Amino acid sequence: MAQIRIENVRKEFGAFTAVQSSSFTIEDGEFFMLLGPSGCGKTTTLRMMAGLELPTSGQIYIDGEEVGQKPASQRDIAFVFQMFALYPHMNVRGNISYPLKSQGMKSADVNKKVGEVAEILGINDILDRPVGGLSGGDRQRVALGRAIVRDPKAFFMDEPLGALDAEFREHMAEELRALHDRMGATTVYVTHDQLEAMQMGDKIVVMNHGVVEQFGVPQDIYDWPATKFVAQFIGSPPMNFLEFEGMIGTGGTEVRLNDVAIQVPASREGANGKLTFGVRPEHVKFDDTAEYRGRVIATEYLGTTQIVTFDTPNGLLKARVASHEAVNDGQLIGLGFDPRTITLFDARQGRALRSEGNEGVLRHG
Amino acid sequence: MSFSVTEPNKGTKWFAGVLVVGYALITIAPLLWIIATGFKSPADSIAYPPKVVFEPSLEGYVNLFTERTRATPDMLEAQGEPKNWYEQIARDQGTVISGPSRYGERFLNSVIIGFGSTALCMILGTAAAYAFSRFRVPLKDDLLFFILSTRMMPPIAVAIPIFLMFRNLGLNDTHLGMILLYTGVNLSLSVWLLKGFIDEIPIEYEEAALIDGYTRFQAFYKVVLPQAATGIASTAIFCLIFAWNEYAFAVLLTSGTAQTAPPFIPTIIGVGGKDWPAVAAGATIFLVPVMVFTILLRKHLLRGITFGAVRK
Repeated sequence: MAQIRIENVRKEFGAFTAVQSSSFTIEDGEFFMLLGPSGCGKTTTLRMMAGLELPTSGQIYIDGEEVGQKPASQRDIAFVFQMFALYPHMNVRGNISYPLKSQGMKSADVNKKVGEVAEILGINDILDRPVGGLSGGDRQRVALGRAIVRDPKAFFMDEPLGALDAEFREHMAEELRALHDRMGATTVYVTHDQLEAMQMGDKIVVMNHGVVEQFGVPQDIYDWPATKFVAQFIGSPPMNFLEFEGMIGTGGTEVRLNDVAIQVPASREGANGKLTFGVRPEHVKFDDTAEYRGRVIATEYLGTTQIVTFDTPNGLLKARVASHEAVNDGQLIGLGFDPRTITLFDARQGRALRSEGNEGVLRHG
Repeated sequence: MSFSVTEPNKGTKWFAGVLVVGYALITIAPLLWIIATGFKSPADSIAYPPKVVFEPSLEGYVNLFTERTRATPDMLEAQGEPKNWYEQIARDQGTVISGPSRYGERFLNSVIIGFGSTALCMILGTAAAYAFSRFRVPLKDDLLFFILSTRMMPPIAVAIPIFLMFRNLGLNDTHLGMILLYTGVNLSLSVWLLKGFIDEIPIEYEEAALIDGYTRFQAFYKVVLPQAATGIASTAIFCLIFAWNEYAFAVLLTSGTAQTAPPFIPTIIGVGGKDWPAVAAGATIFLVPVMVFTILLRKHLLRGITFGAVRK
């Protein structure tokens, strides 16, 4: 088991830069999520850690050893592919034992080890079946078996649940997390599904256009997004953005939206000009005394809560409120915002302004 | 992917069956005629109207494998009793066996050159196709087009330059020369066919093997090759059939040591009248290796022909 450190890693394919100078550290035993939309460079980053791509520049340390330019076979890691990539000409046992055979292990030891792994994953009864006819879940387990059988330094998984149907994905996600907790192995997991990342990860790196946007624990990333991209990518519905022209001084605790003063966490830096007021839908409250008002243009009923869409002087805004609140289209409602949860962004750079709330949380890549 | 298959009705099935059987009969008739002619006597083989029912005879096969001299009845008398069945057959024609014919050697030449060039073609073709499929090869598209362009004219169009080159290199009438020539002609087809097959094998299998601690070559050998078996088998059959049947270059470039069976078989006709049963016997035996090879690989061949037609 090992710590993995990425330093200024960069990858270019010809003229295209897939990953721009990224750095972050994955601690020993962490379940680490690489999250981002497709084409953001997360898979390339993972493949560089695994040795399936070589970085154009930068260093990759696994367990303190620089492995950036080493081939995959010398890194002692395991990789679970999205399509599982089980060897089709071997049966389940052949697939799981294949990594052991490369080490020249004796066949008695191989059988013992394969038996142990099959026990952990509950696939004892299918060991002698060909992989062709297996269900998605069993294929997934065999792929995991092939990964864990060797006790590698780290597990790398490239959207391993992407090929499963939605119903089964949930179950497999739990199984994966339980397996990780049991083995305590450093795991790096690539996904584009923000819910999956929040649900399973100890830490998340959010990437976009080859750049690390933010790095931290799921709750910090959700509550204190470092950029407008992260704020929009995480959360469903995403964080609301109210655009306004204004200013805030260092230590300032309020901004003026449409000439209404609204409380925000004490600012740690001054800003002036085009700003964005960011608030999560669940932090918007109906408040008859509030001066800031919006007109209801739509409601979506979601069971215990409903999403109400308002037209406000600064743009559209969605609020998540209890479903028993009676709301009618066209109604003008006063809106209050929980002052401890607000993030201000520099609208042009898309970067969050430092404040009492997010200081210590913001870490750029 | 989902698709539905409609069960054809009885009439359609019957019609399709008749069509297939009819086509099979038309294609197989000349083959059966050749095989039958091999077992006819020379008189039966040129009888008019043609004989479908005849008394089988091994004369054609005996004549194919032996050299014979004509003998007068007195000389035959002086030879004593024939020692075995084939001498008896020769005696019945009024001839004495003077030694074995060259057919055996020529047939062996065909085997060496045909299978040799097929093997070489598969080794080089698989390696080249793998490189084109997996690696960033400089000028890849141009190289692939160049390889394909060698098939744009009939190979025999370059017969004279090849003849001159072979003469200067001392490759005329050698096994090596013919193996190289047939490999050269077949290689373009095999690279293209095999590249298609290897492209269909997901690269993740090799990557999984690399992660599992194997080298690139081991991954190729243990993971890619078994899965490319279908493609290799069907490509090998195409190559073998070409090299086995090739006539024009064989006539031009071989005369003795390395002569293959195709140019040899027609020479039988000239020896003492038209010996059609011997020619037919030679052709029948010549058919066997390709037939066996194809039957052995038929499962792969069938899969190869429909490969890529249905995405899994």
